[in-house]
Amino acid sequence: MQERLKELQAEAIQKVDQSAGLKELNDIRVAYLGKKGPITEVLRGMGKLSAEERPVIGALANEVREAIAAKIEAKQSALEEAAVQEKLAAESIDVTLPGRPVKAGNHHPLTKIIEEIEDLFIGMGYEIAEGPEVEQDYYNFEALNLPKGHPARDMQDSFYITEEILLRTHTSPVQARTMEKHQGKGPIKIICPGKVYRRDNDDATHSHQFMQIEGLVVGENIRMSDLKGTLNVFAKKMFGEDREIRLRPSFFPFTEPSVEMDISCKMCGGHGCNVCKHTGWIEILGAGMVHPNVLEMAGYDSKKYTGFAFGMGPERIAMLKYGVDDIRHFYTNDVRFLNQFAIEE
Amino acid sequence: MFVSYKWLQEYVDLSGVTPAELAEKITKSGIEVEGVEILNEGIKNVVVGYVVEREQHPNATKLNKCLVDIGEGEPVQIICGAPNVDKGQKVAVAKVGARLPGGVKIKRAKLRGEESNGMICSLQELGIESKLIQKEYSEGIFVFPADAEVGTDALDLLGRDDQILELGLTPNRADCLSMLGVAYEVAAILGREVKLPETNLESAEEKASDYVTVTVEAKEDNPLYVAKVIKNVKISNSPLWMQARLMSAGIRPHNNVVDITNYILLEYGQPLHAFDYDRLGSKQILVRRAADGEKFITLDDVERTLTSDHLVITNGKEPVALAGVMGGANSEVTSDTTTVLLESAYFNGATIRKASKDHGLRSEASARYEKGIDPNRVRPAGERAAYLMAKYAGGEVLEGTAEVDVLTVEPAVVSITLEKINRVLGTDIQMKEVKDIFDRLQFDAVIEDDTITVTAPTRRGDIKIEEDLIEEVARLFGYDNIPYTLPIGSTTPGKLSEYQKKRRVVRQFLEGAGLYQAVTYSLTSEQKAAQFALENRDTIRLAMPMSEDRSVLRLSILPQLLEVLKYNSARQNDSLAVYETGNVFLANGTDVQPEESEHLAAAITGLWHHHSWQGEKKPVDFFVAKGILEGLFDRLGLTNRVEYVQAQVEGMHPGRTAEIRLNGAKIGFVGQVHPSVQKEFDLKDTYVFELSLKAVLNEETNALQYQSIPRFPSITRDIALVADKETVSGSLKSIILEAGAPLLKDAEVFDLYQGDKMEAGKKSIAFSLKYMDPERTLTDEEVTKVHDRVLNALAEKAGAVLRG
Ligand SMILES: [Zn+2]
Repeated sequence: MQERLKELQAEAIQKVDQSAGLKELNDIRVAYLGKKGPITEVLRGMGKLSAEERPVIGALANEVREAIAAKIEAKQSALEEAAVQEKLAAESIDVTLPGRPVKAGNHHPLTKIIEEIEDLFIGMGYEIAEGPEVEQDYYNFEALNLPKGHPARDMQDSFYITEEILLRTHTSPVQARTMEKHQGKGPIKIICPGKVYRRDNDDATHSHQFMQIEGLVVGENIRMSDLKGTLNVFAKKMFGEDREIRLRPSFFPFTEPSVEMDISCKMCGGHGCNVCKHTGWIEILGAGMVHPNVLEMAGYDSKKYTGFAFGMGPERIAMLKYGVDDIRHFYTNDVRFLNQFAIEE
Repeated sequence: MFVSYKWLQEYVDLSGVTPAELAEKITKSGIEVEGVEILNEGIKNVVVGYVVEREQHPNATKLNKCLVDIGEGEPVQIICGAPNVDKGQKVAVAKVGARLPGGVKIKRAKLRGEESNGMICSLQELGIESKLIQKEYSEGIFVFPADAEVGTDALDLLGRDDQILELGLTPNRADCLSMLGVAYEVAAILGREVKLPETNLESAEEKASDYVTVTVEAKEDNPLYVAKVIKNVKISNSPLWMQARLMSAGIRPHNNVVDITNYILLEYGQPLHAFDYDRLGSKQILVRRAADGEKFITLDDVERTLTSDHLVITNGKEPVALAGVMGGANSEVTSDTTTVLLESAYFNGATIRKASKDHGLRSEASARYEKGIDPNRVRPAGERAAYLMAKYAGGEVLEGTAEVDVLTVEPAVVSITLEKINRVLGTDIQMKEVKDIFDRLQFDAVIEDDTITVTAPTRRGDIKIEEDLIEEVARLFGYDNIPYTLPIGSTTPGKLSEYQKKRRVVRQFLEGAGLYQAVTYSLTSEQKAAQFALENRDTIRLAMPMSEDRSVLRLSILPQLLEVLKYNSARQNDSLAVYETGNVFLANGTDVQPEESEHLAAAITGLWHHHSWQGEKKPVDFFVAKGILEGLFDRLGLTNRVEYVQAQVEGMHPGRTAEIRLNGAKIGFVGQVHPSVQKEFDLKDTYVFELSLKAVLNEETNALQYQSIPRFPSITRDIALVADKETVSGSLKSIILEAGAPLLKDAEVFDLYQGDKMEAGKKSIAFSLKYMDPERTLTDEEVTKVHDRVLNALAEKAGAVLRG
């Protein structure tokens, strides 16, 4: 009987080893361990055994049973694991396929530049002032020391609607309006961005509509050196810490003295190249000390108050910063142009 | 202003300063030098040759075979195509091995079988613009004066061994529209002297006043008129050096008399005019305003109709010149002229400006009058021109002048304290340095304690107030020497306004939703200006538009955005979403500033969602556009104040357009562009919205307040209703929410069916209703009670019943 049990164990284990699927394994389980299986059969015949043999055979039968059951259990886990593996393998995907696009647009490059400049000056205590695009001749010219018939009015041929109303040629009327609102008191620190209009034929470097961003500071002790320091901070933040600035005397009717600011050319490091017309410098903006006539007209005592102002063209800055070669791109809105400005620098 | 480096040396010693260095110094101290041109760059081996023989080329009728002495032994044979080449001429010869502009190299050649050892050059071939070449030589080769020495460098004789500084002058620096003005500026920069040009008139027996009398009627326009008379002049070419200087300054040479007036214009900045005295037709000059409608032929042979705004020089009866702008054909100097009446005058800038503008005649002369000339140079300039006419035209200058002079010249006297200079500039300049700067500028300066009093010379009409003196100090002290500081004193908080902050939120939201920001023009055509306008107002038209397409201010943004879509669609980008924020312009009546209202517009066309390899493609529809708006109003906290009402809008699809209302007032619309308009713009189905951003952003939003998260579960009941097709979901929802309050928290449409399984005129619409009490768990009975109330209300108010 002992031999029979050992045989059964070896036989069952061999079958388990050879089984290839869960169903087959279950059949083996039923065949060997079921109520009609050979081990039960053996146990049934125990009555014929002596009282000494009975517990020995009983223990052996249980041993065999447990061994077969453990073997089946292990095999089952292995088979299940293989099935899972097979399923996962079947589920594998091509991870190099493109993902589902997340829709996103972005700022127009001019807005990008303007907001960058706004934020830079907000950090220095400036507010953002805005004003009408269709202006009175008074605010656009006269309040800025450009009386009717002034030769400098030629510098910016304008779109008039009537003799007294025109499309503003610069954002400076916002400065005049802000000063007027402050009723002769300081301090004022503002940045004025906006659209302006001039009678120019649209070409690669001219546009009848363009953006301007100006700054104005009025206070009791505002100096030319403050203008120089402010512009230096601006230039370094906007164009890079390694850039140098220089001021050159210039002329604007609303400032005296007037200057233009150049920054050192990044392309050639100041040695001269095509970008900087071999001067090593690139013109960025116009600036100056607010003309006493402008202060007086806005109700300020020019003996007590001084101020500085500066103005620049976001198109020009975008062109320099991003290498855009034609101003018309800003107004054509070709998506192949617009979508290049999605990157946050 | 083009400034010849060589010419400038006559007035200021430039030794040790190269043209490039000079340009840099001038730029840094006030006048931008926009370029330095090297006139003979790339040219060499061009000499003066003498044409010994000329005959027709044996094989070509248009070519000449010349024997030319170039000062190197035997004359050489050169084939020349110029029609005016002839025996006995001194000409410019590019020798074999010579270099000409544009990289041209001259080689020994055979032309139609004849050997050619070099090239006889025209001035164009030597790099001079056609418009600057004296008419006589503009079609052929240039002929040198007989005294030109054979074999010498032809370019040097032509004054091309020079560099030209191009000054970009701002309107305040009209003083530098003259060589003398530039000389004073350069002398100040270099700290050197100015040498004035020579005038050495011999005395004469006859007096100018015996030949002509001068009367001025319009004394405000012309407070000073000086006439000199030069007789026995011989009209010929002016000396070569003078022609060269005129050409280098951009003026074409004519003859000695005219060239001298132009030369003085450049030297002194004083415009002059030479009349043929014998053709004046009288012995008097009368300056007056023209009569309205008076006709006059200027020397360009154009008949001009004058008005009383224009000042004319007359012979007592009829005009002989349009003052300060252009002379008349009737009194022009010709090759027969023997007696010249030379005008040197001070005209009012505004008067000249008006005339030159009205007649489209901007000349070197008018430009200088407009910007203001130096009243103290009127006489010396006339004297020097007369002197040069004696010297180079063989004339006799009559004694004295015939003139009218009521001009009072008062130089500006300005005082300033050293403290003010340093306070404005932020510097620590000493009085000694300030005095030195004004000395270099040749401004009289007197110091008294802390104050310096400066008398500005009349050539510097731009110096009027303290700040002008500060500028002179700053630019010659050097901006590089001013320190870097930041404003001190009371500070201001830097920030965006609420409106500006929210505008940035709007932009970021829309971009996050997939829209690109566009910036378009405010000016458009009359036809497009009012298309899709929210308000019915008059359009605002420019007085003088540059083109019809940009003649009117926009009342809406959408037409421009549709243009943007059209542009991109035509370039294979037919699925695109763009938005713009910008002003539209609403007329308030004529001669009144219009109202400006900031609008937000968006336009979406083509596929909204596209994921090709998974086969997902969804074209844009109404609910895409509306969904973006809903999200935006959510972000701005305005959802409960906004409603959408079916509406008719011109240019929009009649069944797929809603008016957007904020607090019950119309602020814009959303919907599909009318198919016929879509076609006009070559667009597929396009959905748009435009609204008053001003109205939206000026709406005050409630302060953010936390609501506690519900602790008890909600109960959901779904209902499928049968309603009339015309009944809109919005009104059903309102009925549901009203009847179900307060336990009913939300009702959401989850299904809509209006197919053929429905009774005609009916549709099925299903809502999911959510009931909740924040304080406890609701029982089924409680919910059923409210739910029945909702069903009753639907049946009563909208005839909507549960689908059986
Ligand atoms: Zn460079």
